[in-house]
Amino acid sequence: MLTAEEIHEIKEEFHLYPYKQAACIEALKVVQKHRRWVSDENVKDLAELLEMSADEIDSVATFYNLIYRRPVGKYVILLCDSVSCYIMGLETVLQHLERTLGIKYGETTADDRFTMLPVPCLGTCDHAPAMIVGKDLYRDLTPEKIDEILNSYK
Amino acid sequence: MAKIKINGKELEVDPNKNLLEASISAGFDVPYFCWHPKLGSIGSCRQCAVVKYRDENDKVGRVVMSCMEPASEGSIISTEAPQAKEFRANVIEALMTNHPHDCPVCDEGGECHLQDMTVMSGHTNRRFEFEKRTHNNQYLGPFINHEMNRCIQCYRCVRYYRDYAGGDDLNVFSSRNRVYFGRASEGVLESEFSGNLVEVCPTGVFTDKTLKKHHTRKWDLTTAPSICVHCSVGCNTIAGERYGTVRRIYSRYNEQVNGYFLCDRGRFGYEFVNSDQRITKYIIPGSTEGVSKSAAFDFISKSIKGKKVIGVGSPRASLETNFALKQFVGSENFSVGLSKRDYQLAKLAVDTLINGSVKSPSLKDVEKSESVFVLGEDVTQTAPMLALAIRQAIKNLVKPKADKAGIPQWNDAPVREIIQSAHGPLHIAAPVATRLDDVATTTYFSAPENIARLGYAVAHFINTKLVLPSGLTDEVKTLAEKIANDLLSSDKPLIVSGVHCKSSEVIKAASDVATALKSAGKSVSLSYTFEESNSVGVTMLDGKPLEELFDEAKSSKAGVLVIVENDLYRRLGKEKIDAYLSQFEQIIVLDHNETETTAKATVVLPVGTFSEADGTFINQEGRAQRFYQVFVPETDTPESWRRIAELGNATEKPFIENSFFDFTSSVANSLPQFKGIANIAPPPDFKVLGQKVARESIRYSGRTAMKANINIHELKPVNDIDSALSFTMEGYHGEAPSALTTSYWSPGWNSAQAINKYQIEVGGALHGGDPGLRLIEPTVDKESYFQTIPEAFKISAKGLTTVPVYRIFGSEELSTKSPAIIERSGNAFIGLHPADAKRAELKNDDKLEISIGGQLATVNVIIMNELAEGLAGVSAGYKGVNPEMSEVTFKK
Amino acid sequence: MERPLTKNIRPDGKPLFIKEYESLGGYQSVKKALAMQPKEIQELVKKSNLKGRGGAGFNTGLKWSFVPMQGEFEHKYLVANGDEMEPGTFKDRLLIEGNPHQLIEGMIGTAFAIQADEGYIFIRGEYTYAAEVVAKALAEAYEAGYLGNNILKTGYKFNLHLHTSVGRYICGEETALLNSLEGKRANPRAKPPFPQVSGLFGQPTIVNNIETLCNIPHIINNGAEWFNGLSLTPGDGGTKIFGASGKVKKPGLWELPFGVTLRELLEEHAGGMRDGLKFKGCLPGGASTDFLVEQHLDIRMDYASVAAAGSRLGTGTMIVLDDKTCPVGMVLNLEHFFAQESCGFCTPCREGLPWTEKILQKIENGKGEMKDLDILQFHTKFMGPGNTFCALAPGAMAPLQSALKYFREDFELHIKEHKCSWK
Ligand SMILES: Cc1cc2nc3c(=O)[nH]c(=O)nc-3n(C[C@H](O)[C@H](O)[C@H](O)COP(=O)(O)O)c2cc1C
Ligand code: SF4
Ligand code: FES
Repeated sequence: MLTAEEIHEIKEEFHLYPYKQAACIEALKVVQKHRRWVSDENVKDLAELLEMSADEIDSVATFYNLIYRRPVGKYVILLCDSVSCYIMGLETVLQHLERTLGIKYGETTADDRFTMLPVPCLGTCDHAPAMIVGKDLYRDLTPEKIDEILNSYK
Repeated sequence: MAKIKINGKELEVDPNKNLLEASISAGFDVPYFCWHPKLGSIGSCRQCAVVKYRDENDKVGRVVMSCMEPASEGSIISTEAPQAKEFRANVIEALMTNHPHDCPVCDEGGECHLQDMTVMSGHTNRRFEFEKRTHNNQYLGPFINHEMNRCIQCYRCVRYYRDYAGGDDLNVFSSRNRVYFGRASEGVLESEFSGNLVEVCPTGVFTDKTLKKHHTRKWDLTTAPSICVHCSVGCNTIAGERYGTVRRIYSRYNEQVNGYFLCDRGRFGYEFVNSDQRITKYIIPGSTEGVSKSAAFDFISKSIKGKKVIGVGSPRASLETNFALKQFVGSENFSVGLSKRDYQLAKLAVDTLINGSVKSPSLKDVEKSESVFVLGEDVTQTAPMLALAIRQAIKNLVKPKADKAGIPQWNDAPVREIIQSAHGPLHIAAPVATRLDDVATTTYFSAPENIARLGYAVAHFINTKLVLPSGLTDEVKTLAEKIANDLLSSDKPLIVSGVHCKSSEVIKAASDVATALKSAGKSVSLSYTFEESNSVGVTMLDGKPLEELFDEAKSSKAGVLVIVENDLYRRLGKEKIDAYLSQFEQIIVLDHNETETTAKATVVLPVGTFSEADGTFINQEGRAQRFYQVFVPETDTPESWRRIAELGNATEKPFIENSFFDFTSSVANSLPQFKGIANIAPPPDFKVLGQKVARESIRYSGRTAMKANINIHELKPVNDIDSALSFTMEGYHGEAPSALTTSYWSPGWNSAQAINKYQIEVGGALHGGDPGLRLIEPTVDKESYFQTIPEAFKISAKGLTTVPVYRIFGSEELSTKSPAIIERSGNAFIGLHPADAKRAELKNDDKLEISIGGQLATVNVIIMNELAEGLAGVSAGYKGVNPEMSEVTFKK
Repeated sequence: MERPLTKNIRPDGKPLFIKEYESLGGYQSVKKALAMQPKEIQELVKKSNLKGRGGAGFNTGLKWSFVPMQGEFEHKYLVANGDEMEPGTFKDRLLIEGNPHQLIEGMIGTAFAIQADEGYIFIRGEYTYAAEVVAKALAEAYEAGYLGNNILKTGYKFNLHLHTSVGRYICGEETALLNSLEGKRANPRAKPPFPQVSGLFGQPTIVNNIETLCNIPHIINNGAEWFNGLSLTPGDGGTKIFGASGKVKKPGLWELPFGVTLRELLEEHAGGMRDGLKFKGCLPGGASTDFLVEQHLDIRMDYASVAAAGSRLGTGTMIVLDDKTCPVGMVLNLEHFFAQESCGFCTPCREGLPWTEKILQKIENGKGEMKDLDILQFHTKFMGPGNTFCALAPGAMAPLQSALKYFREDFELHIKEHKCSWK
């Protein structure tokens, strides 16, 4: 069941488009904002709300990188794995994250705090390597800086 | 017409086509995957690459996708240029990087479009040496098998399923090289047209599960052109047999009727042929184990001698069979095998078409209509392919929007984009919710009387000289006016109705609407649906309804009753039929499957199903169509008409005719309404290059060994005296006249796509014209109206008034003897308005014993929001449900 | 040297909001534009030689002129393409975050020129800060009467909305972007019909890059001649935001005239290579451009010159490869990106890119064979322009084909030594 708040927020998006089905991506975002990820049940509920079929919603949901159809931790780490970061030391950063958190791409820490995913170029190439934790962008990453950053997310 | 040049050959082509269509129509082999004549182009597979030149001086050209280029004036292309050929081979190579190469165990093998295109493109060497990506498969129900690893991502399945057939539970998921075609979660595919995925998919992702159970390669099947027996639309099929069982039904292209497709009932309902309830023995009194044929006929000739014999024909038996029976018992002793009510309805509809001024459309005409008004039918359940055609028709009025923007109609995605979800008017008035409601402009759910009244009101608003039913609510009046205006605003309106809500008033009102449109100068058409494959044929043949025949029999003391391919318990209530049957000394039943009626017979004679018989059906359009025996059964199950001839010969009424052609010719010659039906297909002595047309392919295997358990010498092939087809691989294998197509094959084209080679131009008519003959054409130009407006529906005090509710899987007799269909049929049910259900304290899925005309049946409760109060929607054709459908009562 | 696009952007990049923006002369162009004829603005922009900054470099005014001005339409749309996911590209972020009103102002002028009544700013999902800034700026612009149903009481109507995406590089392709805006899978669309004729929701639509749109107020305010004068290259009007990333001393962005040399960019603005490193090559305009190498250092950075050198100006933000970074590894990283981001619609891209990536991985792992280079070479042709449905795959082949040309020994070295010597 979607919450009243979610439904309200989704309906707010309707007026941006000529028909409500076009707000499908916004609706997925709303659900994800509240629940971290989008479950099969959420897809069905959204289908009802948007008068679409579950297949239609899921077809869209599974296309995009930033809609999570599997559970993720409290904070999602999006580590830029594109070319400038590669040149500037992605490998070291990744290894450090893997070692510190004990997870690989696609995995979630045992305490459910972090999920780590690769992400294409974050558009901050002059400050590579870079990553996003939750909503925050971190740049010019070094192992020391990473430790500090991770510690600030409880 | 545009002048273009393909491979140096100058051609005149329709500039509204694309270069792929033009190339194929001109006979050039260009490989393709994502394009389909009914789905248009999207340019995703990149397989149809050709080289296009700017002008005569351009010798280099550039690679383009022929499916995405208009065949515009002056186009110059080469399908054979090295760059194009190389690129096409490379596309196959790319597709093959993830294809499992499991052809030996793949059901598609041997008729696989991907195999054909691979060979055609010339890719042979594999350079890819890495692991392939794999997918999990899904359970998709009893009809379709899913094997995603074989997918080549052409997107045809979703485009067919969603965009063409209106389904919404199949889609594409994920992206890049992980795109997945299936359902959001495992489960039965809901579309009634899912089976076409088998033919639409160019490889073995979606295959026929019923075929899989007793798998046979295409080249090992004995195949014959057939007509679907599961509704009155009469879709053209190819039925295939091996080892005495029918193993699959494939669509047979007929531009005028089903085009490329079939519904799932037609495709998967065939297994009653293989049923363990097949009648294979001669039963006479005292023999449950069966007797020899001669013993049976001895018994019959003795017991018939000197007795009055009456006969009951059947709307599911061929015209020849009904005619033979009528000959045998005499016109005055022949029943069409329908109850009085059903016969009246069928006759009314047929007579309206024959005597009226409005044309009954072919499905192709339906597809070309622009606005639609359906009265009283859930077409998807009762005449499924008509519903699919209506889905296409409603796009016609919005398509010109694309023309205006300069987008050719074959350019599928942009056309859809510019049209958005808009469509032309489709108005539906029905007793219960229908499967076309999702695209309906308006829906009106009410009792048949009220549907008729709405119809008459619509007729009034089209032609105000016609009476406006009194007492209509403002709401209904407004609706009627809107429907009238919508129909008037298009040039080609279509009115659809039929016998399924059992109301003559609905049929009449539909006719009045159509006639009014005709008089308003519209090229209107009127399509009626009927219950069975030959309802129209038997109605046109004429005879008595059951009640009349049996009542007369009582007074005339007829002693012998012959019933042919008819389960009378599906026609009238059990008590009535029991009483009727009890008056006869002998009840001789000819049928192929056990029924309640055969259980009451004193004599049962086995006969062939459609696959063991030649015959003619007349479809709801009035088109006579021929079907052919597929194989020679091991047991003695001849066609019913031949059986009746044997009966005649065993009694005092010998038949002169012996071959099918004799029979069908005497129908054609003796009854003017059937003039010409003998010639709808070539006669038995027809030959191509001195040969009959072969039912088996050149590659048919195992022939010398398959019956070695019976006789190690190969058995002498049976000669087909009835048709121009041979039962073996001996014979002509090329393209035969369209009525004799046993399979589609052309050099390099083993899949269903070979149909392209049989058409005058791709997607168009078959060479020599599509088979079949329309027997009903409007001859009169004068308008005649019924104007018999019924009283509005009143809630009955006695109980709820039943309206029959049809289910594509469950309501039709023969298909419900097929396991896959049984799996989809569900239990008998009663649909109730929420208020009626509440009053009776019933909820969804409750089990309930109902009584209709005293006949009890156990049914499930379904709350139907759209059903009017006071009505009960009862599952028609389900076991135990009284077919008479009068008032229904029940106790909680 | 004039820097119209960035002159008002604060050194710390903190956004400029409406008061400050107006005080610096902001929104003047709206008043001016609304008093002009739409066709007049189109003509002006055409003459200014503003070329699309999204990568393709098509004349912007000319592109606008394909929008039908007669006829009945439910809507006409203007969409700002702020998807910016091309690896190595980070210029639009600066413009959005630093000066959101410049973008909005440019969009109003553009919308008026094509008579659009609805607009969207499409921003990639990861740019959460940029989205916040735009949302605030939009609210301010509505408040001030620059947006809405009756702009500056002239009766002109233009409603502009923010749409944040949910990731995928292909959303940057303008037709895929439109599908995404419609809430669908972001597969590109067939062209023709071009979006100008049938775009968003089937209506006439213009999609322009953020940087392209940010130039509009200045062209309207100062004229075509002025704009042409900003550039050192005749035919390429205006300035360009150039940038550099990789192991240079001062990675960053600089607004410069078209026609500066690559050497000047690299050595003056980016401060040259870091100590101890040598310049090996660069992708001049993002991941889907061909490598330029030392011999190209003196070419001018404008559309024609870069094309003549066998590459593309692209987004103008270069990625610099040094001699201590493995070129095979770099190309592998790029092809991994493209393979991941393929939409999966057309065969060559969907199947060819993962195959390319696998071969590169094999070479990088020291398992490569000489024949693999032929297969790579083959792929660069197979996924060449015209063979695929959209430009993603041909773009993906640009760095590969040029790497095979300029760094062939490095590939061969991997194969011969059965290892990556850079590791
Ligand atoms: C795969 C692909 C990705 C693209 N990504 C972007 C992008 O992120 N931003 C952008 O402005 N243009 C991008 N483009 C170019 C757009 O398709 C389009 O040409 C551009 O937005 C038009 O704007 P302009 O005329 O102002 O350059 C991309 C093109 C392709 C083929
Ligand atoms: S080249 Fe083809 S598969 Fe690749 S992104 Fe474009 S359309 Fe999609
Ligand atoms: S048939 Fe032309 S691209 Fe698929």
